Amino acid sequence: MYIIIVGAGKVGYHLGSLLMAEGHEVMLIEEDRSKVELLSLEFHDAIMQGNGSTVEVLKEAGANRADVIVATTGNDEDNLVICQISKLMFLRPRTIARVNNPRNEELFTGLGVDASVSATKIINAVIEEQVKAGDMMIPLLTLKEGNVEIVEVELSRSSHIVKKKIKDLSMPPGSIFIAVIRGEELIIPFGDTEFQPEDKVLALVKRESEQALRNML
Amino acid sequence: MKVMIIGCGRVGSVLANRLDEEGHQVVVLDRNQQAFRRLSEKFSGKRIVGNGLVEEFVRPTLQEKTDILLAMTDKDNVNLMITQRVKQNFQLERVIAVVHDSILAGLYKELGVETVCPTDLVIKDLLQTIKES
Repeated sequence: MYIIIVGAGKVGYHLGSLLMAEGHEVMLIEEDRSKVELLSLEFHDAIMQGNGSTVEVLKEAGANRADVIVATTGNDEDNLVICQISKLMFLRPRTIARVNNPRNEELFTGLGVDASVSATKIINAVIEEQVKAGDMMIPLLTLKEGNVEIVEVELSRSSHIVKKKIKDLSMPPGSIFIAVIRGEELIIPFGDTEFQPEDKVLALVKRESEQALRNML
Repeated sequence: MKVMIIGCGRVGSVLANRLDEEGHQVVVLDRNQQAFRRLSEKFSGKRIVGNGLVEEFVRPTLQEKTDILLAMTDKDNVNLMITQRVKQNFQLERVIAVVHDSILAGLYKELGVETVCPTDLVIKDLLQTIKES
């Protein structure tokens, strides 16, 4: 893949190194001349000097044949413009933006950025997951910017729902059981499915209903 | 008319003074308190010290009916982000970004963002002057 990274700060630099080590073709764009000079010892032709939020510089970097364009500068406004002009001007790049202020994530998604990554949000999510692990509800996948989750719960003997049928439970709104794993068997649950101890239950749940679901289990 | 101007630079301040003189309701926002020194002593509008990219600073003004917002800081990308966010979150008659990069200004027009490009205007004016001489 050909990947253009705008911004050779800590994020851009390490991302570039990793991708190159994996055998991808990389071009780093950095505005600061002294930084470019320093990094060119390592990146050789894979780094260029210029303002990456202009069409001219992106074109020069070969944006038309890029598979992915990643905007990693420390300024959200620059990252937004880089992604937007890339989408508008060039052939087929996927655009990824680093979001410095997590509150900008929603704005970016609405404005045509394919994916946004917020370090603050990731660290926060990891901490939350660590806290929740004690409750035995393990998040497997988060969807829709973390608003919907697929979680897994292993039922203990003392669980409120053991020996009960799904149709007799009052499910919190915004949650649904999607699978039950019993030993080697995968059961797609319906109203008559009765839970047993040691069942692994997978549920799809909206963030706001998570606590209610945990209480029920 | 109620107008919010973000960026009290050389152009923003003069525009604010003029609109104020003409009797319009003007709100000027700038990150730097010192920037307001450019406003005339007679300026009767509101001054807000703050960052136009941060919603808390623009919300109090925009949640009351405002006709026009002009994002005219010295950074094109800041102006483009401010206007796109305001368009998404508030109902305004017109939201205008000042964009010095001529290509960028054209591109964002395609995306439905109203832009004014000082570079284009100066070039147009100079060409006119040259042709007349």
